[in-house]
Amino acid sequence: MSGLFTTLESFVKGRDERAFSIEEAVRHYLGRIEGLDSGLGAFLTVNPNAINRARQLDNRLARNPAHSPFYGYPIAIKDNMHVLGLPTTCASRMLANFRPLENATVVERLLKAGAVILGKTNMDEFAMGSSTENSAMGITRNPWDTERVPGGSSGGSAVAVSADLAPLSLGSDTGGSIRQPAAFCGVLGLKPTYGRVSRYGLVAFSSSLDQIGPFSRCAQDALELTVLVSGPDGRDMTVRDRDPQEMVREFDGSVRGMTIGIPEEFFGDGLDPEVAASLEQAREVWSAEGAVFKPIRLPSARFGVNVYYLIATSEAASNLSRYDGVRYGYRSLSSQTLKDMYQNARREGFGPEVKRRILLGTFALSAGYQDQYYRKAQQVQSLIREEFDRAFHEVDLVFAPTTPTPAFRFGEKLSDPLAMYLSDIYTISANLAGLPALSTPSWPTRSGLPVGAQLIGPSWSEGRLLRAARVLEEAVGFRTPPIAVQATGGKTL
Amino acid sequence: MKLTKEQVLHVARLASLSLTDDEEEHFAGELSGILDYVETLNRLELPPPGIHVLEQSEEPTLLDPDTPRPSIRPEEALSNAPDHSGAFFRVPRILEEGR
Repeated sequence: MSGLFTTLESFVKGRDERAFSIEEAVRHYLGRIEGLDSGLGAFLTVNPNAINRARQLDNRLARNPAHSPFYGYPIAIKDNMHVLGLPTTCASRMLANFRPLENATVVERLLKAGAVILGKTNMDEFAMGSSTENSAMGITRNPWDTERVPGGSSGGSAVAVSADLAPLSLGSDTGGSIRQPAAFCGVLGLKPTYGRVSRYGLVAFSSSLDQIGPFSRCAQDALELTVLVSGPDGRDMTVRDRDPQEMVREFDGSVRGMTIGIPEEFFGDGLDPEVAASLEQAREVWSAEGAVFKPIRLPSARFGVNVYYLIATSEAASNLSRYDGVRYGYRSLSSQTLKDMYQNARREGFGPEVKRRILLGTFALSAGYQDQYYRKAQQVQSLIREEFDRAFHEVDLVFAPTTPTPAFRFGEKLSDPLAMYLSDIYTISANLAGLPALSTPSWPTRSGLPVGAQLIGPSWSEGRLLRAARVLEEAVGFRTPPIAVQATGGKTL
Repeated sequence: MKLTKEQVLHVARLASLSLTDDEEEHFAGELSGILDYVETLNRLELPPPGIHVLEQSEEPTLLDPDTPRPSIRPEEALSNAPDHSGAFFRVPRILEEGR
């Protein structure tokens, strides 16, 4: 069976012309998940109510025209966002049995538009990691080479879109957790501006950095989904009242006359030569389309990883103090006293990376060390932000690699936390500065591994980022991994 | 900075984490390595303490009108509890015997 549709636009056309029913569309994806996901491990939960919901939507569609392009649209959600009726595990033993009481705001908006949730996707435990190897529920494989990681922490959501197990998905990005797996899996991943999307119902990791965003096959779909989930909900006070239609307006047009900054700090030592060559090709495409490139300096960005692992861990240590085994979550049966109960719940419920970060963050905030670590990190964070501000006086966008290398092998960095942290070296500064950034597929390496081109823009410039991404995507074309094509005996896109 | 096992133990206690002897040893080594790396920040010349990402936004913070709205029901609040009794969360004894 070949794909029913490729883009949101073609879904809307097929749905409204009754080329397929919503139930057929949903069954198509559930079938692909059933056929392919045992080998990939993208999903932790498949929604048992998806077909019922699809039928209800079909019934309503027989009487009323669809009110949203997302009406009947199937989508996958990272397992750190609440969907009523499905567990939210955060891929942690701690929350293995947690049933949310409400939908996350992003999920609520999707459901209101008529979307169908296909299921919840695998991730690094509590979104802490860059390979999805830190999941307590098992690994997720990169569909381009199943001996390699999909990236992380939103590895499952990236694989779902890459292998066409879902046409779109949502992830969360604290230091690169959308863009890095998007680059490794050959899909588009967008981290919106801090304050664009409500995190209500997203399990908190580092509240000053966390942002929810889409994985998609094309810029247009990422735009539509971002517009849908954007804006205030009265429940996350960091969300600003920005008109989402501004993104739609800025999406229109070409890159002619656009000035794109190239920070030399992002193209130096440590960048894989094949990644560099692919990005050079991408630069030529934008150049040929009329964009002007200009060298810029972001000298403090190279300290991003240092800053991130102090700020994010400090906030995580505080956010994760709520897991005490009292009101919800894992509780150890062996505890005699309350203090034992707390300690045992956390010892048995959290995996090694979560413990490592809680310890590091607790240390960075502890008496006598705060000035030396946490405060210092905040100072450098301001520097990074100021340097970006200055750069955006001269350029419209910043172009950088998403990752230093293509997807690495399982186990390659698992025993060396610092090496793992450094795989986010190019993505972290956008989070620290609160800026929107995306990764869009560039040309693959000789061995066929995906490469991501990253674009970082000033606050609220998602539309512009996606416009530039669309230009590259037209040149590169969307590639589906062979494993996902063979399995269905035909072309899926 | 080199973290000793004792320091790791102290931090673990602050974080309500109990670690095995092996874990203490392991984390002491690992965290020391990470701290050495992040400490390169100390070599930078820095302006006075920073401004929070949020505070720099040109968009005003939206204020919630603070109108009361219904909250979750007690049975819902208890629905994820590992142990409860009636309308209460149940936990092991808080005071030790004889106190």
